[in-house]
Amino acid sequence: MGILEVKGVNKRFGGLQALGDVNLSIAENTVHAIIGPNGAGKSTLLNVLVGKLIPDSGSVLFDGQSVLGRQPYEINQMGISRVFQTPEIFADLTVFENVMIPCFAKRDGAFRLHAIGSTRHETDIHETAEAILMDVNMLEKRHMVASSLSRGDKRRLEMAMCLVQEPRLLLLDEPTAGMARADTNNTIDLLKEIKEKRDITMAIIEHDMHVVFSLAERITVLAQGTPLVEETPENIKGHPKVREAYLGEAQV
Amino acid sequence: MLGMNGKDTTLFIVVCLMVLLAPILLNPFPTGSAFAQFNAGYPALLQRFVIFGILVIGFNILFGLTGYLSFGHAAFLGVGSFAAVWMFKLLSYNIVPAIVLSVIVAGLFSVVIGYVSLRRSGIYFSILTLAFAQMMYSIAYSDLVGKVIGTPITNGETGLQVYNDDPQILLGDGPKTPHLFGLEMNSSFTWDVGGWSFVFQNGYYLAGILMIASFYLAIRIFRSPFGLVLRSIKSNQNRLNYTGISTRPYMLTAFVISGMYAGLAGGLLAAMDPLTGAERMFWTASGEIVIMSILGGVGTLIGPILGAGVIKYMENIVSTINDNVVHGWVAFMPDGLENFFVAIIHPFIGKGWHLTLGLVFMAVVIFLPGGLVELGQRIGAKFRRKKSPESAATSAEKGTV
Ligand SMILES: Nc1ncnc2c1ncn2[C@@H]1O[C@H](COP(=O)(O)OP(=O)(O)O)[C@@H](O)[C@H]1O
Ligand SMILES: [Mg+2]
Repeated sequence: MGILEVKGVNKRFGGLQALGDVNLSIAENTVHAIIGPNGAGKSTLLNVLVGKLIPDSGSVLFDGQSVLGRQPYEINQMGISRVFQTPEIFADLTVFENVMIPCFAKRDGAFRLHAIGSTRHETDIHETAEAILMDVNMLEKRHMVASSLSRGDKRRLEMAMCLVQEPRLLLLDEPTAGMARADTNNTIDLLKEIKEKRDITMAIIEHDMHVVFSLAERITVLAQGTPLVEETPENIKGHPKVREAYLGEAQV
Repeated sequence: MLGMNGKDTTLFIVVCLMVLLAPILLNPFPTGSAFAQFNAGYPALLQRFVIFGILVIGFNILFGLTGYLSFGHAAFLGVGSFAAVWMFKLLSYNIVPAIVLSVIVAGLFSVVIGYVSLRRSGIYFSILTLAFAQMMYSIAYSDLVGKVIGTPITNGETGLQVYNDDPQILLGDGPKTPHLFGLEMNSSFTWDVGGWSFVFQNGYYLAGILMIASFYLAIRIFRSPFGLVLRSIKSNQNRLNYTGISTRPYMLTAFVISGMYAGLAGGLLAAMDPLTGAERMFWTASGEIVIMSILGGVGTLIGPILGAGVIKYMENIVSTINDNVVHGWVAFMPDGLENFFVAIIHPFIGKGWHLTLGLVFMAVVIFLPGGLVELGQRIGAKFRRKKSPESAATSAEKGTV
């Protein structure tokens, strides 16, 4: 059984069937890519996984425990972190503060009254935060206010915020969209490095096939809310159903 | 020092000195001079500066850090005052039980009101707090609780005060006016020097010390992990939820802390003058707290205190200037011009001080969104640029003043 088991999930928005009978199993310590044309329901699926949306029916098990009906913060505390399609960061805070907050969430849980000690004296947290900023090549930008970062940097910051929590399952929603080629390659290297260093499962939504084929061990193709095929990267290239789903939208 | 960084320590020391020396610094004009009327260094006003300072320091922990705008904070102030006066009526004029109870009672009220109001955010949160406060005002004004249990609790329109036949079981032959273990709040020491006369009052210094303590606590909260989470709530609550932090308990804690600050301020108002009424909880009083914070600089440490100072100054000084006083200042002008000048100034002084305040407030909101603190920063930046052009570039670590 996989670390993540999605069974028979349906979600409608009015008349639109955004997810139709989605079954998906993601094996532990693999990188699983979910691809499909725009509007296929990829982000909606992630929304269900992190508790942003409650599906009309179906079940979602993470490590044998149901995710449905839990608050987003509880799901995160179970070990699921997500990078959003449009970066969700603390725009008014500095880069360093952005990374400190997930460190506190990881160490102290969902709530801890920690009102007197100064953040300056949290040496452990500082070390962890600096290390992750080094990993994403943003250490020299740590005093910048996050809103002033470039789009690519915002993505990398958000990724750092997720990685620093050492999640068991990392969900990435188009992590390289809007990034320059060099940054995209850096991101691929970073994710590979993380993967080598520790046990982590990744589900990655991506349009850039270079990224997909560099990282993914399994690929699921989603079209109109339903998984069409699940295959290894070798077998997915030139798969007739995949070509059909994309209709030339992206070169597979 | 004391767990604060260098900049905060400097600010803290400046505030301490200001509180200590205010009776002198705010009395720059000799008694009897034409401008003596602008002196603010008399106890009744100084007390208000520091007590409302406490109130807005607490309000700023909620509004400044989390961005949640409570429109009912005066209710906690009012509750604190009622609790304190009741302690005077039941026990004695010692202010310790009075102030302790006012903080506790305000804390309890804010747990309940916060718990309900924090189910919503944005404008709905503001409206809920406003509704609660107005409900409490109505209950206090009509003394609904008193009517139900058959003995006055808030004493309705008359207001609550201490009577000779009150129990005061611990009074003995202690002072008949609020005191701290015998140290009477309203007694003072006057220092006459040259044409000046400086008044140092016990009550002011007690409230001043409590404001310094409140300010210190606020600095620590601002710089703590808790404060960081509160600021991130203001910045992006969504991200916080997906980062594994439950915002509700953080918000409720911030709300209760700021409610307790308001309760302390209410208790101190009663300790300076042992009577109170429902009007302290009226919505305009809550609005005044919001205006103080915005005028001074929301989310900065010192801003709200400055805002409280400016508003209390205008309320007490500008409101006392009348046409005769202005005539006195411009007597050197030819008669026609003098009358014209007074006619122009007239709407802005005396009862018209609200108009002046309104204009000042608009000017600040439009030209200085960061409040008076931003004004200070801009002036400071100009000076620094003149001294050394390169130092202006190192303002990356701006931080909150
Ligand atoms: N909150 C929502 N309300 C209504 N419709 C939605 C909502 N979220 C997504 N949809 C619709 O569901 C479909 C799938 O969207 P999405 O999951 O974002 O696709 P993608 O695969 O491009 O990420 C789209 O047609 C989108 O318009
Ligand atoms: Mg999407």
